Amino acid sequence: MRKIIELKNVSKSFDGQKVLDNVSLDIYDNEFLTLLGPSGCGKTTTLRIIAGFEQPDEGQLFFLGEDIVALPPHKRNVNTVFQRYALFPHLNVFENIAFPLREKKAPQDEVRGKVEEMLRLVALTGFEKRSVTSLSGGQQQRVAIARALISHPKVLLLDEPLAALDLKLRKDMQQELKNIQKATGITFVFVTHDQEEALSMSDTVVVMSEGRIQQIGTPIDIYNEPKNAFVADFIGESNIVNGVMLRDRLVRFSGRDFPCVDEGFGKNEQVDVVIRPEDVDIVPEDRGALRGTVTGVTFLGVHYEIIVDIAGFKWMIQTTDFVDVDEHIGLSIDPDAIHIMKKSEYSGMFGDYSSFSNEFDELSDAESEADE
Amino acid sequence: MRENKDNLAVARRAALGPYGLWALLFILVPLAFVAYYAFTDNDFHFTTANIARFFTATSVVDGAVTHTYLLIFWRSLKLALISTLVCFLMGYPIAYILSRAPLRLQKVLITLIMIPMWMNFLIRTYAWMTILQDTGILNGLLRALHLKPVHIIGTEGAVVIGMVYDYFPYMILPIYSIMAKMDRKLEEAARDLGCNSFGVLRRVIFPLSLPGVISGITMVLIPSISTFYISQKLGNGKFYLIGDAIEGQYVANNLHFAAAIAFILMVILLIAMALMQRYANSKAAV
Repeated sequence: MRKIIELKNVSKSFDGQKVLDNVSLDIYDNEFLTLLGPSGCGKTTTLRIIAGFEQPDEGQLFFLGEDIVALPPHKRNVNTVFQRYALFPHLNVFENIAFPLREKKAPQDEVRGKVEEMLRLVALTGFEKRSVTSLSGGQQQRVAIARALISHPKVLLLDEPLAALDLKLRKDMQQELKNIQKATGITFVFVTHDQEEALSMSDTVVVMSEGRIQQIGTPIDIYNEPKNAFVADFIGESNIVNGVMLRDRLVRFSGRDFPCVDEGFGKNEQVDVVIRPEDVDIVPEDRGALRGTVTGVTFLGVHYEIIVDIAGFKWMIQTTDFVDVDEHIGLSIDPDAIHIMKKSEYSGMFGDYSSFSNEFDELSDAESEADE
Repeated sequence: MRENKDNLAVARRAALGPYGLWALLFILVPLAFVAYYAFTDNDFHFTTANIARFFTATSVVDGAVTHTYLLIFWRSLKLALISTLVCFLMGYPIAYILSRAPLRLQKVLITLIMIPMWMNFLIRTYAWMTILQDTGILNGLLRALHLKPVHIIGTEGAVVIGMVYDYFPYMILPIYSIMAKMDRKLEEAARDLGCNSFGVLRRVIFPLSLPGVISGITMVLIPSISTFYISQKLGNGKFYLIGDAIEGQYVANNLHFAAAIAFILMVILLIAMALMQRYANSKAAV
């Protein structure tokens, strides 16, 4: 695979606050790459540096091997789909999409042909004369994509493009974006704070936090083999407990020894142990490796989400079996459900559900990064 | 439900009442009087003589016979257009820079631009007389710098300077307010789609600021076309403008002819504004 964009040791500060801290990232041809992280993690700044709207304080940016840090946005072979679309309100759908071609003074026949082709691609044929302000959110989104794709950029940058759409439409657009990416073969760099969106659409996910890249990998790698407590917590739900690696394939946590599949840690090394809520089986109390008391049950349709107090540490478990609050249950965990991580600066910050609340979780990562 | 809605509509209409009364008493009635006076003679009999006089009255200027009021009108229009153009060329970049400045600086600068408007119009004009006179501040400064003094007072240039100074804020403010509200992402989008700085200005910022430009032009052109006094003081009375003509007729107790000139001016301005609005709408609809 050909490397298209390369960020090398890029750092950026705003008003003395470090937004990007020594970020290095390779982006390859024909790849759907997602920058994923919470508000203020630096993902939008990374995108804006690639687009040319921000200059890195330090580091280099290569495009097909050529340093483009000094190149202004209009000379870069990348285009952006903006968060709130940024369609030109004084132009109709046709002229919005034709905007880049008009700048190049392309002949009218060519403009017409290409705009029609783009309208077909985003399923908006017949909307040429419509005012962009009369379109629905989803339609505006499509116009923004068509406009960004019409000059066939090497890379399309998408800045939280689906954040303003409602859930149903968002799901449809996810699929459609994926199809457009496949059909055009253009590299997509997609920014989102929605981990589900990132997992379902991407070839490569880049998890960011506090201006640093935490992990780069395929969605499956990121989910199954998170590198540290931050990634484990941000991608899906995780119970993260302190453990000691007694030897290869044997770990002690919550006062018990468990066989696992990880090796290569030091003898008696302190580690973080991740167990996904869906990987825990509920068994009668006397047959469980761990025992605890149910403190909360939430019905979520497909499954129940229960909170279990095990020796003072609250675990989250997803199960289709009903258990009641105050019931004493046993838990059984398979060796391959246990994932061992090295200790990091994020150890102890995540993975305990004692103060868990759904609403709070949504509040904290709602609204996008207006001030980033 | 239905009743509530009806009540709401009645309440809305009632709320408009005071404004309607105000508009009737202070806008419509005076306008009707202007029209009434314009089309009547001293005995309040219907006549078109006043209107006709505007178009036909002649006098001898520099040895040649000219249509007095048409000449005055043309002169007013010319000076007003020049002033408006100068205001636009100076005001547009200032409005743009202003709208991109840090917010606190914006407020300070806007206040500075508006402060002269708090001073009386006559005082401002007298101030310019003091500056522009042959022995005034400007020439004093030039002499101190060993430069040749300039003769400005009593020229059309002095009248234009006075008009520009008086009406400049009316150009800046509407353009500034529309630019301050403009979505900055649109500029980024234009740059992203291949525009250099000039392209962004030409294809995005200017078309979107057009409503501000139109109202700026209207707010400068209309008062400067009908202004009086500036020309008397800064033009040494050599450039009799349409406003001066109205004032002169009024002072001479020639109310009917004064009303006729005012009426004609109003009709011409209304037509001009309608045309401009139409142009703006056709631009907006593209």
